[in-house]
Amino acid sequence: MSVSAAHLGGGEQQQAAAVEPPQKRGVTGYILLLPGALWLTIFFLVPTITLVSTSLYDPAGSVETGYSMTWHWQNYVDGIRDYGVQFGRSLVYALLATVACILLGYPLAYAIAFKSGRWKNLMLVLVIAPFFTSFLVRTLSWQLLLGDNGFLVETLKTLQLLGPDGHLLATPFAVVTGLTYNFLPFMVLPLYASLEKIDPRLVEAGHDLYASPFTAFRKITLPLSMPGLVAGTLLTFIPAAGDYINAELLGTPTTRMIGNEIQDLFGAGAYPVAAALSVTLMAVIVAMVFLYVRRAGTEELV
Amino acid sequence: MAGSDLVLTGVTKRFGAFTAVDDLDLTVPQGSFFALLGPSGCGKTTTLRMVAGLEEPTAGSIRLGADDITTLRPYRRPVNTVFQSYALFPHLTIFENVAFGLRRTGAKKVKPQVEEMLELVELGQYGGRKPTQLSGGQQQRVALARALINRPQVLLLDEPLGALDLKLRRQMQIELKRIQTDVGITFVHVTHDQEEAMTMADTIAVMNSGVIEQMGSPAELYEHPSTTFVSNFLGQSNLVAATVVEKDEDHLLLDVEGSRLVAPLARAAALTGRVWVGVRPEKVFLAHTGSETDDGSNVLRGAVVTDVSFVGVSTQYLARLPWGQELMVFEQNTGARLSFRTGDQVDLHWMPAHTFLLDAAQDATAGVEREVAE
Ligand SMILES: Nc1ncnc2c1ncn2[C@@H]1O[C@H](COP(=O)(O)OP(=O)(O)OP(=O)(O)O)[C@@H](O)[C@H]1O
Ligand SMILES: [Mg+2]
Repeated sequence: MSVSAAHLGGGEQQQAAAVEPPQKRGVTGYILLLPGALWLTIFFLVPTITLVSTSLYDPAGSVETGYSMTWHWQNYVDGIRDYGVQFGRSLVYALLATVACILLGYPLAYAIAFKSGRWKNLMLVLVIAPFFTSFLVRTLSWQLLLGDNGFLVETLKTLQLLGPDGHLLATPFAVVTGLTYNFLPFMVLPLYASLEKIDPRLVEAGHDLYASPFTAFRKITLPLSMPGLVAGTLLTFIPAAGDYINAELLGTPTTRMIGNEIQDLFGAGAYPVAAALSVTLMAVIVAMVFLYVRRAGTEELV
Repeated sequence: MAGSDLVLTGVTKRFGAFTAVDDLDLTVPQGSFFALLGPSGCGKTTTLRMVAGLEEPTAGSIRLGADDITTLRPYRRPVNTVFQSYALFPHLTIFENVAFGLRRTGAKKVKPQVEEMLELVELGQYGGRKPTQLSGGQQQRVALARALINRPQVLLLDEPLGALDLKLRRQMQIELKRIQTDVGITFVHVTHDQEEAMTMADTIAVMNSGVIEQMGSPAELYEHPSTTFVSNFLGQSNLVAATVVEKDEDHLLLDVEGSRLVAPLARAAALTGRVWVGVRPEKVFLAHTGSETDDGSNVLRGAVVTDVSFVGVSTQYLARLPWGQELMVFEQNTGARLSFRTGDQVDLHWMPAHTFLLDAAQDATAGVEREVAE
């Protein structure tokens, strides 16, 4: 956590500004910025503008006849009206998956950071190991795992935890599980990075000052790992909310997420509505992230 | 709080095969200012950590008053620590750092107490800052305030003044001593600065490689060192090889390369055979060679001044004896004494009462500080 001058007391800041001469900046900074700026312009800014303008095209057009810009704001209204349910479902699933990732990932990251000793590197490799195969293949293999003839369902049925005609596959549970599994490393890695930086002597100091292990965790470890937790949450929630593979492979028509709908709309050539939904999703996520980061109080993160 | 002496009995701490603290016996009377003095790596921090409960002794027991606290969890001990590394909570303000202990114990009126404590360490204006926005010395004072505010039965201070400049350090030494006298808390103060230990402590324990070499009041340790390590680590000493030739009721007669010296029995840590004759540099006088000296003085004749350094209040000489050994002599610049120059032929003399004897089996250079940095 770096504390920049911006966190100095207000009064002092003004004083400092009054005393210090304006900082001299060479052109070097701008030259270093150039490649990144160029990249962002080409691959982020241009597509975003295209996307936003597409969302305002006349929906009467098609790929063959072309689209005309008519500032058709109605696309947004139509999109929300027709796909509001999937929209809400996406956010709920992503939220559930994120919570599950925190519950599974925090203890794991904590163990790797503080308790793993010489197994640390091995455990980190194991966390990243799933990335060695493709996202698609991994999700497909969950079909086998959760399938009606899989050992999981059989075991649960034997243990009477699942009814005789119960399923795991093709349920919201399967979709959320898939999301959780796929995005867990994105939660664990930033959390680990944050936890690993915490000086264990701070926790000792906490114990010395009458904090029980639980209190020391709550008052010292947890707040100091906030940057990792926030980063992990964003890295999990954002892609999970827009994901369509898990719902496609592990769900049913009743578990479709907004990503599936956008995918289908694009496939069907309904570009304007699809674009409108994409822009809405983006706006909603940005707004939620903004609120979340503000609430989490980690101005140091950004 | 009555009768809560801190007692360590046979405390040993091993890290693997390495013994950091070896069979330590220590009694720190309640309300005393106790200094643990020793060179880097001798086990001071480890000892404190065991008292704080952050490290469990491999063997031995630690008692506080009537309670055995050897295995008591650290957060249940009425003991607080000023850590060598400060260990301030980076995510909390200075105010909240200092309030941390009070908040845990559910104390009332936290705010006025914290403000008072910050005032005491002269950081009243800094309550709203984060630790990284303070200088090293300021952080150290926060660490002190954070521990002290809890009024523990025992306050452990691990080199709490190490990062301060000389002036502030002196000021804080006086302040600490005053606080300690006022509140009557037992202070266990770890330092490797012998001057700090001597000015502040009621009792000093000199520690070396995991064992306590000697324990006593500052004057006692200075005047009656029992090992070469203590004689060199606490102040400076001249140690000359000698043989005991005779012994009467309260004196020992010694032979040093043909010169006869006398030492009081009361200051002898070794009584027979080969010994080290010790004398502090400020107790030795220089005289032109062959000149009269007081009757009964210990005299070593035929030395040559090899180095003269003027340090204001005193002049420090190095004088080489005929057999090549160099002794230190500090002469006060009172104006009443002769001054000498490099190459002068001199005799060294001092009173027998200022002579001490140590075991010749010990290393004469143990505890000699290499170039005191300050
Ligand atoms: N956790 C540990 N594992 C292994 N060895 C350790 C451990 N802690 C301390 N030691 C060793 O024990 C010895 C004593 O360490 P300690 O920290 O008590 O020294 P110290 O007297 O406080 O020194 P300093 O004045 O430099 O702070 C050192 O040699 C150190 O290397
Ligand atoms: Mg230490």
